[in-house]
Amino acid sequence: MNRKVKFLQGNEACVEGALMAGMTFYSGYPITPSTEIAELSAEKLPRIGGKFIQMEDEIAGIAAAIGASLTGAKAMTATSGPGFSLKQENIGYAALTEIPLVIVNVQRGGPSTGLPTAPGQGDLMQAMWGTHGDHPVICLTPDSVKETFDLTVRAFNLAEKYRTPVILLTDEITGHMREKIEIPDLSEIEIINRVKPVKGEAYKAYQVVEGDLVPKMADFGSGFRYHVTGLMHDETGFPSNSTANAGKLMDRLMAKVTDNLDDIIQWEEVETADAEYLIVSYGGTARTAKSAIKTLRAEGIKVGLFRPITVWPFPEKQLFEIGKKMKDIIVAELNYGQMKLEVERVMKGHAPVRFCGKANGEVLTPEELISKFKEVL
Amino acid sequence: MNHPLVESAFRMEKFPHIWCPGCGHGIIMASIARSIEKLGLDKDKVCIVSGIGCSSRAPGYMDYNTLHTTHGRALAFATGVKLANPELEVIVIAGDGDLSAIGGNHLIHAARRNIGLTTICFNNNIYGMTGGQYSPTTPTNEKGTTAPYGNIDKPFDIAQLAIGAGATYAAKTTAYHVPQMDKLIEAAIAHKGFSLVEAISICPTYYGRKNKKGTAVDMMTWLKDNFIDHKVAEKLPLEKKEGKFLMGEFKNVIEPEYTDQYNKIIEQLKK
Repeated sequence: MNRKVKFLQGNEACVEGALMAGMTFYSGYPITPSTEIAELSAEKLPRIGGKFIQMEDEIAGIAAAIGASLTGAKAMTATSGPGFSLKQENIGYAALTEIPLVIVNVQRGGPSTGLPTAPGQGDLMQAMWGTHGDHPVICLTPDSVKETFDLTVRAFNLAEKYRTPVILLTDEITGHMREKIEIPDLSEIEIINRVKPVKGEAYKAYQVVEGDLVPKMADFGSGFRYHVTGLMHDETGFPSNSTANAGKLMDRLMAKVTDNLDDIIQWEEVETADAEYLIVSYGGTARTAKSAIKTLRAEGIKVGLFRPITVWPFPEKQLFEIGKKMKDIIVAELNYGQMKLEVERVMKGHAPVRFCGKANGEVLTPEELISKFKEVL
Repeated sequence: MNHPLVESAFRMEKFPHIWCPGCGHGIIMASIARSIEKLGLDKDKVCIVSGIGCSSRAPGYMDYNTLHTTHGRALAFATGVKLANPELEVIVIAGDGDLSAIGGNHLIHAARRNIGLTTICFNNNIYGMTGGQYSPTTPTNEKGTTAPYGNIDKPFDIAQLAIGAGATYAAKTTAYHVPQMDKLIEAAIAHKGFSLVEAISICPTYYGRKNKKGTAVDMMTWLKDNFIDHKVAEKLPLEKKEGKFLMGEFKNVIEPEYTDQYNKIIEQLKK
């Protein structure tokens, strides 16, 4: 056993997790507040024979990572706000071409250049809907340094398992916060690798066996000469204009996520067993909620927390089961109510859904949340 | 019966190709395949990467590891492929708009890094796939569907642009000058470092029609009459080269290649 106790930033824990998951390639572009992820990758990757490259822009940052993944590398890119906007087209490319990839977005404040050094959670909907066209999305959100490590490993595993880009949506709070974490031994961690065809096997790049949804993926250069395109394609990988074929491909892509919700969705509940009121919160803001709940509980108010860890696909079933028993639900987040919309959609009027948040670059304090909570009551 | 090269280098079942009658792109695609064969490269280790546009459909017909990416980004994807697996011979096919407009940033930086990629630009001076809009290589005063009164932009010279950005191999040729094209593309693929061959193609359907350039044969004849190898041009009197375009090998030097340099860091760190 080789466990290591460290005092790390979330961004540093992300790199530690990526390396443990098997990352061998990182390409990106410097942007606050995600830059430590690039810096640490630049230092560590060549030491294990991996590759780091600082590309000329954000678009190239994700493009190179996709190219590397095609050769068999486990690849990651990290960014923040403006960079996440720039990467959107190629996120869709990776989704349609089914190329495993991890994209980290350390969210900052505001639209445009906004508040580069301040936290925000305004990219939640963008993570789901940012690239054009329907596409499968898996997006994970940690609320601590340790969980940043865990979810980075998980992001790689899900990317490899489902052959799809996975977004790790953190924020400036968890990205720059330092906490003690115990990094587990490699033997204690489940590592998933993409399934590859064996040499000599008849191979069609996008063929799935009956009942399965994920095609095998050959490394470029391994003897399977195949075609990859962002056009709609058939099971051979070549472009096809057939609407019947496009429908079949889209159905399968979406089903990779919708048929595996129980495997993909993770959430946390705090003090929900006897709760009459529920706070829904995620990422760095969930820490505010946890603190507020302690104070409110001490005052005898039965309040609990529902924290989506997987934010996309949204934990609908799980939230509804708990939420329908509540007198009131309050959603706490650093934006103008993006997850609130989702909670309202899920609750279908079975419980009133309130909102507590802001998007001015400040963290939400427990006092603000408590005061809003009492106002609502 | 098909030519043996067609059988060995192409995906026969994917023909007929999408290009219009008279298009010059097939000539350039065939030259790339001939060069790969002549160099004796292992097909499994060749990767062809393209962006979006008419020329970018070429990889679909070519029997290698082929990657049709997003508009302008072929060099960025190719950089990832090459750096992750330097064993692969990575060739980028890009049109003039793809390479020098939307992908211009990737072009100058791939050249600057001197990463071992070969770029073949199929330059037809127009956006063909979208129906004939002017591109960064459309000559001034020529017309496109988005330049109905004549183009007021100054065009890029892509080969010179690559040299300016640090390419260690750069050449220009045309769809008419096939023996020269074969030599230049072969040299570019064999070159260690970033290489670029700008191959002037013809687009009779859009560029030709819009600018009254005549038939495909007329456009080919124009290439024949108006391009001179720069080494030949040196010896010609001024009146014989005035208004002509220069082609041939403009640069061929050896400098440290990016993936080699990176591997050196890896080796140093092992000590």
